Order: sequence, then C-alpha cells, then structure tokens
Amino acid sequence: MSGFPTLLYKEVLRFSKVGFQTVAAPVLTTLLYLLVFAQALDRHVEVYAGVGYASFLVPGLVMMAMLQNAFANSSSSLIQSKMTGNLVFMLLPPLSHWELFGAYVIAAMIRALVVGIGVILAALPVAHVFIKEPLWLLAFGLAGAGVLGALGVIAAIFSDKFDQLAVFQNFIILPLTFLSGVFYSIHSLPPVWRSLSRFNPVFYMIDGFRYGFFGQSDSSPALGLALVLGFFAVVAGIALSLLASGYKLRN
Amino acid sequence: MRIPDVSLSAVAPRIAASGAAVSGTAIRVEGVTKRFGSLQALAGVDLAVMQGEFFGLLGPNGAGKTTLINILAGLARADTGRVEIMGHDVRRQYRDARRALGVVPQELVFDPFFTVRETLRIQSGYFGLRRNDDWIDEIMASLDLTSKADANMRALSGGMKRRVLVAQALVHRPPVIILDEPTAGVDVELRRGLWTFIQRLNREGHTIVLTTHYLEEAESLCGRIAMLKAGRIVALDSTSNLIRRQRHLRLRFLATGNVPGKLLGKPVQHEAERRVLVLTELAEIEPALAELRRAGARLVEFDIEQPDLEDVFLEVMGAPREASK
Repeated sequence: MSGFPTLLYKEVLRFSKVGFQTVAAPVLTTLLYLLVFAQALDRHVEVYAGVGYASFLVPGLVMMAMLQNAFANSSSSLIQSKMTGNLVFMLLPPLSHWELFGAYVIAAMIRALVVGIGVILAALPVAHVFIKEPLWLLAFGLAGAGVLGALGVIAAIFSDKFDQLAVFQNFIILPLTFLSGVFYSIHSLPPVWRSLSRFNPVFYMIDGFRYGFFGQSDSSPALGLALVLGFFAVVAGIALSLLASGYKLRN
Repeated sequence: MRIPDVSLSAVAPRIAASGAAVSGTAIRVEGVTKRFGSLQALAGVDLAVMQGEFFGLLGPNGAGKTTLINILAGLARADTGRVEIMGHDVRRQYRDARRALGVVPQELVFDPFFTVRETLRIQSGYFGLRRNDDWIDEIMASLDLTSKADANMRALSGGMKRRVLVAQALVHRPPVIILDEPTAGVDVELRRGLWTFIQRLNREGHTIVLTTHYLEEAESLCGRIAMLKAGRIVALDSTSNLIRRQRHLRLRFLATGNVPGKLLGKPVQHEAERRVLVLTELAEIEPALAELRRAGARLVEFDIEQPDLEDVFLEVMGAPREASK
C-alpha cells in the first residue's frame, strides 16, 4: 500500500490542529476587508449591473483568501519540515515525488476550500451572495488553489529560511493577488494596466471564480480556465522535477 | 530505562520473507564517491555488510560516516557508484530498498504537531502500514514509551525523544537498522537500555549498523568494524582482529627512589606522578619490574593496560595517543 493517504492525512491534520491560525484567522481578516470596503463603497460603486459592491467583492475576497492560504499551507509545512529537520521522516519512507507533490498540493486545496466556505458563510449576513454557476466556481476554486499550492512547494524548496519564503509571499504572491481584480473590474483600469492584468494568471482565477457567482466576468471563463490549468501544468511540472531531483531536499 | 520482556519474534518471518536472503548481503556499497563543492566527502567506498551482523562504522568528525548513511538511506545521492540494501538498488528500486531499512538519525528531530502515538502511526502509514497498532504498542512497551503515548512530542525530554526516533525507525519492521550516533548526549541508564534492546533485535535477525564516538560501545557491541578517514575506508576487519593488530600494552606504575629514564631500552614516560612504559608483550613485564628494582626504585603500585579499540582507532587515524586515556 502507498504512503500517500497517510501523508495527505498528516498534512490535513497539521493545519486542523491549529485551526484558529489556519482557518479562523483568515476568515476573520477577509470578513474585515469586506465590512470596511462594503461600508465605505457599497453605495458609490456598481461594477456589474444589479450587483452591489459588497456582493461584487465577495468572490474576489473569497478567492484571494483561498489562494493565499493554499500557498501558505504547502509552503509553511514544507519549510518547517526542512528547517526543523523532520523532513527526514518523509524522505526515508518509499514515497515518490508524485506522492509528495500530491499530498502537499491536495492538502493546500483542502485548506483553501475550508477557508473559502468559511468566508462565504461569514459574508452571508453582510452581503447578498448568490451562486449562478457552481461548477465554474468549483473548477476555478480548485484549479487556483492547486496552482498556489504547487507554487508553495516550489517556494519552500528554494527557500533556506523563513525570511526567504516571506520575500516570495510578500513580493510575488501578495501583489499578484491584490492586483488581479479582487477589488475592481479591470475594465475600470487605464488601457496599459488592463493589458498588463491579462498577463497575471491570478486575474483569470479571480475573474473565473467571480463568473461562478454572477455568470458574468471580464474575460471568457473557458479561456480563463484553460490558462489557469495550463499555468498549473507548468508549476506542477517545475515542482515535480524539483522533488524528483531532490534539489535542496536530498543533500 | 526498563526493558520489558516483550517478544519481537514476529519480526523474523518478515526478514526471512524479504527476498534478499539469496545473497546474504544486507548492505552492498561499490565505488561510491560524493563531493560537496571542493570537499570530497566520499572518495571511493567499497563495503559489504552481511545479514545479521552488528557492524560498526567509525571515524572522526567529517570522515564521511553520515554522508555514507545518507546515501544508503536515499537522503543523499552518490556521484558515482552503486548501493544496495537487501539486494535492492537504492536509486532504481528505492521503494524496496527503503522498506528494508530503518534509520535512527543523529539529530534529535521531531514534528511538534503530534503526539507520540500519532507520530508512530503516521510513520507507519508512510510505509503503507495502516493497521499497525499492535506492533506500535509493542515497540512503545519495549522502549518504555507507553506512558507517554498521548503526550505531545514537544513535551518530551531529550532521552524520550531519542526513544521515539528509535521507535520510528522500527515501525515497518526493517531487516536492516542504521543507528547514527544514537547515544550522543544520552544518559547512562537510557544508553544501557537502548543497547539491550538493539542487541535483542540483532539476535532476532536484524542487521545493525552503528556509528558512535564511544569506542568502548563499538568494541563491546560490534562484531566487525570499518574505519573511515577522509572519505575512504582505512580499516575493515572483525573487532577482535583489529584489536589484535595492536601488539603493545602499557605498564603504568608509581615508584619511589631512583626511577631510570629507560627500562629494557624503552623510554619511561611521565603521566602526572605515575610513569608509563609501553611494552610489546606480557612476558616483558617481570624483566622490566626487575630492572626497576635493581635501579634502586621501590614499586608502590602498578596496573597493566591492554590494547583496545581506541588504540587501534588512534593508530589508524594517525593521531598520537597521549599517555593517559
């Protein structure tokens, strides 16, 4: 029998044991974003016809929380194991690079889903939430979390200390998620920024996820999902080759 | 450390069924080299450890012991050469090779999120063994960990954490067990208990490979020893043969009166208020003492120090031995 289910179970158990930090805290933070922005702008901004700003914000904030937590889960778990040395317990057993990758990424996706559901439930009393295209919503949610989970694996492999991981998180992941249309439609941006946004893969994740709620978005959801899955294939390929080579892990 | 009398005989069928008994070789290392930048950590190591052996791997810090162990365990990759565990290549047949191997790492590492029982269940699950509680209970009892089964790893003392490391290496009943300096910083009671347990595993058929800086431990436990220096094996023989290579013994004495600078033509060394004379055989003792008396000295006390593994180690490593151990 494979050790993969146990590694996945251990990764889920790990974040469950500190649920206040890994689930409740991001739900609360995201809810605060929603309360502040909705209070300040709800009556002044209408991005889509018939959709209030608070409602418009919900999908973007949910997806942002999901993406950030997917990245945080795989990256923090792997780098903690590297730093404390207990990674040896996963490297000694007969686990393949596919099993290591699968467990870290799927656990990241599970945490993202739990956080996402938590944010949606917390947003219900604050904003009118409706879901028109649940399958698109699920597809973008899972694919986006998968991409960030895989990116977390790559970042943790390259990082030798928490400081380096923080650089990755604060200077790459955070700007990409904030500048991806969480708080606005890219149609409201100047042409240059609008064009640049289309090179940001997180834009397609947020936009497609929003399509799942409202049935309308800035770009085609089919094209967006294809791009997100393509991006996943690229980052998964990089992560798998790093794990297979043992780079910075088996030295 | 109390070691209850728990039978581990269930291990034996697994070992017999592991398939590698054909060759009788538990570990085979051929032409292994490993370089870290400008440092040649291993410079062509060849080694075969037979099944059921209690084997010692000795060497000073930086000799390449841990690098060799890491290559055996798949934690590092050799630049050249070939390594097999129970007949399985550690690269091409890594799953079979790793199932056959349990490693107790040198560092006191643990996962702070889990209890002792969770840690052992998870480690067992990594090897695909998900209904393994009977065996886990047995190992915990053998290592006197049962009372700590539900304690978080963070709450354990260093000695207890060391026991959990040993238990983790055994959850999948590996026929080959490598212990990388398992008694470093461990109190006497735990050290004794640990060796009683490991010796029992060896008697039941497990191949044991040990690295340690406590040479008296290696001398009393290991049937065969390899000494590594600068990435090369510089001595490899049975422990008794290695010690037999040392033909000198030390006559250490306290005397009053006129003690000559030489006895039997050999220099008399000073060691605090005592003197030391290095002899080549027991038959030289009486003539040496007679010459001492003739010189006008009166013998107050003396002892004879037989050669031991430390003498061999220091000779092989090219380090001069001080008069006092």
